Amino acid sequence: MKLELRGVTKRFGTLVANDRINLTVEPGEIHALLGENGAGKSTLMNVLYGLYQADEGQIVLDGVAQNFKGPGDAMAAGIGMVHQHFMLIPVFTVAENVVLGNEPTKKFGLLDLEAARKKVRELSDRFGFDVDPDAVIEDLPVGVQQRVEIIKSLIRDAKVLVLDEPTAVLTPQETDELMQIMRDLAKSGTSIIFITHKLREVQAVSDKITVIRQGKVVGEAKPTDSASELATMMVGREVDLKVDKAVAKLGDTMTLRVEDIHVEDDRKQLAVDGVSFNVQAGEVLAIAGVQGNGQTELAEALLGLRPVLKGRGAIALNDKYIDHLSVRKRLESGIGYVPEDRKKDGLVGEFTIAENLMLNGSYGKPFAKGISIDFANRDRIADELIKEFDVRTPSASTHAEKLSGGNQQKVVVARELSREVNLLIVSQPTRGVDVGSIEFIHERIIAERDQGKAVLLISTELDEVLALADRIAVMYRGKIVGIVGADATRETLGKMMAGVSA
Amino acid sequence: MNNKKEVAVDAEQSTANQVLREILTGSPVRTLLSILVGFLVGAIFMVAFNPEVLNAMSYIFGRPADAFAAMGKTISDGYGALFRGAIYNTQASDFATAIRPITETLRFAAPMIMAGLGIGLGFRVGLFNIGAVGQMAFALIGVTYVSTRIELPFIIHSLVAIIVAVVFAGAWGGIVGYLKAKTGAHEVIVTIMLNYVALNLFTFFLRTPGLLLEEGGAGTPKSDPPAETAALPNLFTDEYRLHWGLVLAVAATFFYWWLMERSTIGYRFRMVGFNSSAAKASGIRVERTFVWAMAASAAFAGLAAANQGLTSVGGVTPSIHANIGFDAITVALLGGSRAGGIFLAGLLFGAFKAGGPAMQVVGVAPEILNVVQALIVMFIAAPPLIRALFRLPQPPKRKPISEWVAAKFSKPANKKVAK
Amino acid sequence: MSRIEVTSGMFSQVERKPSLKAPIVMSFVAIVSLVFFGILGPTSVVHFQITEANALVSIPDLNLPSNSLGIWASVVLLLLTAASFWFGIARKFVPRVLVIVFGLTAIVALLGWIAAGADVPVGFLLGNTLVLALPIILGGMGGIMSERVGVVNIAIEGQLLTGAFVASVVGSITNNLWVGLIAAMIAAALLSTVLASLAIKYLVDQIIIGVLLNVLVIGVTNFLYSQVISQDNANLNFPGTFDRIPIPLLSQLPVIGDAFFNQGATVYLTFLLVPALWFILFRTKLGLRARAVGEHPLAADTVGINVAKTRFWWVTLGGAVAGLGGAAITIGNVGAFGREMTGGQGFIALAVVILGRWQPIYVSISALLFGFAIILRIWANQINPVIPVDFITMVPYLVTLIAVAGFAGRVRGPAASGKPYEKN
Repeated sequence: MKLELRGVTKRFGTLVANDRINLTVEPGEIHALLGENGAGKSTLMNVLYGLYQADEGQIVLDGVAQNFKGPGDAMAAGIGMVHQHFMLIPVFTVAENVVLGNEPTKKFGLLDLEAARKKVRELSDRFGFDVDPDAVIEDLPVGVQQRVEIIKSLIRDAKVLVLDEPTAVLTPQETDELMQIMRDLAKSGTSIIFITHKLREVQAVSDKITVIRQGKVVGEAKPTDSASELATMMVGREVDLKVDKAVAKLGDTMTLRVEDIHVEDDRKQLAVDGVSFNVQAGEVLAIAGVQGNGQTELAEALLGLRPVLKGRGAIALNDKYIDHLSVRKRLESGIGYVPEDRKKDGLVGEFTIAENLMLNGSYGKPFAKGISIDFANRDRIADELIKEFDVRTPSASTHAEKLSGGNQQKVVVARELSREVNLLIVSQPTRGVDVGSIEFIHERIIAERDQGKAVLLISTELDEVLALADRIAVMYRGKIVGIVGADATRETLGKMMAGVSA
Repeated sequence: MNNKKEVAVDAEQSTANQVLREILTGSPVRTLLSILVGFLVGAIFMVAFNPEVLNAMSYIFGRPADAFAAMGKTISDGYGALFRGAIYNTQASDFATAIRPITETLRFAAPMIMAGLGIGLGFRVGLFNIGAVGQMAFALIGVTYVSTRIELPFIIHSLVAIIVAVVFAGAWGGIVGYLKAKTGAHEVIVTIMLNYVALNLFTFFLRTPGLLLEEGGAGTPKSDPPAETAALPNLFTDEYRLHWGLVLAVAATFFYWWLMERSTIGYRFRMVGFNSSAAKASGIRVERTFVWAMAASAAFAGLAAANQGLTSVGGVTPSIHANIGFDAITVALLGGSRAGGIFLAGLLFGAFKAGGPAMQVVGVAPEILNVVQALIVMFIAAPPLIRALFRLPQPPKRKPISEWVAAKFSKPANKKVAK
Repeated sequence: MSRIEVTSGMFSQVERKPSLKAPIVMSFVAIVSLVFFGILGPTSVVHFQITEANALVSIPDLNLPSNSLGIWASVVLLLLTAASFWFGIARKFVPRVLVIVFGLTAIVALLGWIAAGADVPVGFLLGNTLVLALPIILGGMGGIMSERVGVVNIAIEGQLLTGAFVASVVGSITNNLWVGLIAAMIAAALLSTVLASLAIKYLVDQIIIGVLLNVLVIGVTNFLYSQVISQDNANLNFPGTFDRIPIPLLSQLPVIGDAFFNQGATVYLTFLLVPALWFILFRTKLGLRARAVGEHPLAADTVGINVAKTRFWWVTLGGAVAGLGGAAITIGNVGAFGREMTGGQGFIALAVVILGRWQPIYVSISALLFGFAIILRIWANQINPVIPVDFITMVPYLVTLIAVAGFAGRVRGPAASGKPYEKN
């Protein structure tokens, strides 16, 4: 089946998530949709799958314009989707999951699970899936769960199969197996849309590549194009971020030493796999890399929100091991932390700005006298910080959730920079922040460095990394591919982000 | 600079707008409307099941005025009696008697306020303490023991009993927090089970000679009355039954206000309630907070238990808790889990309890007030209901997804402007 | 009002691996039984009255010294404990059958101890266990139906009370118990629609709504009882009960015949309903979809299942079933309505749903445990027991606590229970 998207536009309020997107997928083609997180890939696919309705434009299947009101319509028209987060019921068997919503029945609505099993076995055998229809989903490895998702689509006669970041959850071996499955499916005539931000996989499996950035198609590419070209297309920026900064004056102390640490993610998969690096007082070390290569887990492990696997690595702050310390003790021993997701980990939306400024300072001075909040002091400090950090708000008693993203981030940064710290961990400090605030936050980070503090910057934005870093470490699949100087070129970094060591 | 001014003006406008919206949609107006509708539905019930009205309805087409008069009379009789029974007795011969009802309201309100504060504390930490009944029962074991089995001087005896109540209840509540933190067991289920365990334990103590059973008692579970040194004394003359429990309730309310609004402990409680993952990242041990919060919540219920145990006339029986633990849930919900709100809500529902007997006298079953109570809180808890009834504007949406997405994408748009 | 956390399912817990917790709890029980019921047990004879007068085959009554019964039962308990240790060490879950047999044996040991020197009327205990458990079973079925689709139903108590009230009043007025029964189901279902629509459409916290509905129903029934019903009890609250209908042959079975098969309509309806609900939940398309909605509503939505509609109907029909449970109290057993006569049975139903792990059959067995505890208390009170009746009453609640705290294997409810589903 031939799929065409013609001028698809999707807006959320004033924001254009998809801007006149054209895309053609030929029958039996593996078409990669490449772009950074937030580029608009998933929105586009949700439009295709009927979860969102397009504001403009058309979805055309084999020359016939479609009007999907929900996933049911899309499924009926032959579109199948494997979501990034699997849509499987963990406690059901494979067969039950596969037929859900489309159940073969005998008399009186009695489930015909035998028919379901038979179908699963047929498809499983045809594509070499090796899936047991009676296995319970939660007992299966993710790779197999994904195959169940694919079977779910195939059983509904999907002619176009959308795979949304399918390799994000897979091990390298499982990824290779998935790619073989994709090739086999394409051979049998199924069109595949492969959404990803991983260059190696795009090059390995796709027939055609469309690159999306900031909601627009920025170009098409061939799998034979070089990885660095693709990376540049994907992360390219119209505006260069420039920060005036002097050469780093390194202090004597090795503020942070990370020694071969191993950290697991929520699914108990190894997310940080033997990472070692040092951050010296007075420098900015940036951890660059595509999202989801272990950076989040690394930051959480440094703060103590996530354990370092026992006996597998150590963390030292100012030459003292801090592995056994609680989050509170680590904060008190001099770590400042700007989390990646400020709304989740950095702020309490229902609290006022003043209350948010004492989030990790409620145990003593200057915010508290004994167990009583020192309101006079708190409000004075809040007013000072609001002024110093240029937080644009009617007053210190405004609730944090009412502020814009940039001003929220300034509140977090103000809190962390105003504490006595010697290591500053900043994760994605400017995500969702307006350009004026970006400049401000960047300048403040450099100012901290110049005062002799060690800064660990974790960012997926190449421009930010290049603007701030003194040294750059690139993370890929839980490992550090290499550490290079701030003079590294985009191309080098692009290659490293794709896993090629420099 | 110019840019900054614009932003400020913008923010001012939006706050003014927001204030307007919040007055229309937020608590005070909605609370009043909820109370109004609650009473209205109560009136409908009264009318619909009043024999005189039903009688007049049978000839409504002949003499409709009779039917309407009967309806009016029923409602004014009913609520009039509530007023006389709970606030000011207009039919009393002298002033001292006339104000007796309001003191009764205060007397009934005190334990509900104290237990309500406990439930409210739980709510603000994101915990639903449905177990105040059990926490009170467990506390009453201690209270009754201290007040009937130990000899201590006046005042000290009461204080020791109150402290024992707080500690017992707190420990019982702490178990809930511990099980939640350690095993993930949901506090609602755990508290319900512990209610029954505590009530049975309490009955066992009251039933067993040598434990709490009254001297010479047999069969019926009942203790001796609290020792005179332990009983909470009356506030005024013996004409009024209002006792020091009210002072305890007022003190508890102030303490709650200080704890939740002024202290760092309450600050951390609220932080965990609003956003536990931000609390974690700020170095707070969320699980330990659950244990302490649950214990603190229960400790307030312990105060209510002390109030009941130390003022029982003729001895403590298993029903001494008087369902205050459940009433407290409605008190906390109506009071918005805030100190002042809970105090006022406790007064309202205390008035319901005080005014019941007077309603009975004029032929309206006082249980109607339980219906009114439930309805009021239901309207409070389900804002869409009252909004639909009065066609109030929708409140500003808290965190619309579109805004979040917009924030995520706002960079390119801004950049173009900057260019 | 402050936010209540509804982000994660109310009953979902981290996946637990088989552990030795259950065997440890079991060995504790077995040792208590051996020491107190066996070794230290009284030597007086216990007399188990087994055969009812009309049974086909008569089994001779059992006479045993209390302590030797205790020892024998304890030996069985220890063997079962050993078996469960074997399962635990082999990293397997202890089979439920083993747990049930263990429980039954422990009950026999307990009975022998309590009734040392007295008669144990087995048939009487069994029959009353069933009748007293009926509202709990049906309330539990109502709870299953709503929690399986992801709506926590704290309002079972209110639904039972509604059913009890309406069945009695309508049954009296129409002088027809069947009309009363149907009216009870409809009334409780209507009450359930309030829960359903507030929870599903308006996303109001399910627990709060449940609690408030209970308060409301208690208020309304108390008001109507005082204001109207008690003025004319003879005509408004005297419905009588369903006649006992002995089922041929079955009712003549030894031990259980009279207790289980010489009962009224509400009992037989329950006998039909429990397996039917099991069948629908686990063998039909309807059930598969319902469970999918309760486990992962978004996944159900993506395959075209209407989450809101599914939830609404299951919750509403669950209310009807709980209403039947209420009717079983008045027109099935007592014969009249009394103020707040459900006395917390709705909350017990909530507990048995968890104890029975959202499975109709196991929930019914758990409900029987509570029913047994009630009759045991009543009976034990009459024979001057060696342990206080209050502790007997406490046992089922403690068992439930142990179960929710994860000490008896894994308790995992529908993952989305208590979680509103919001489509954006």
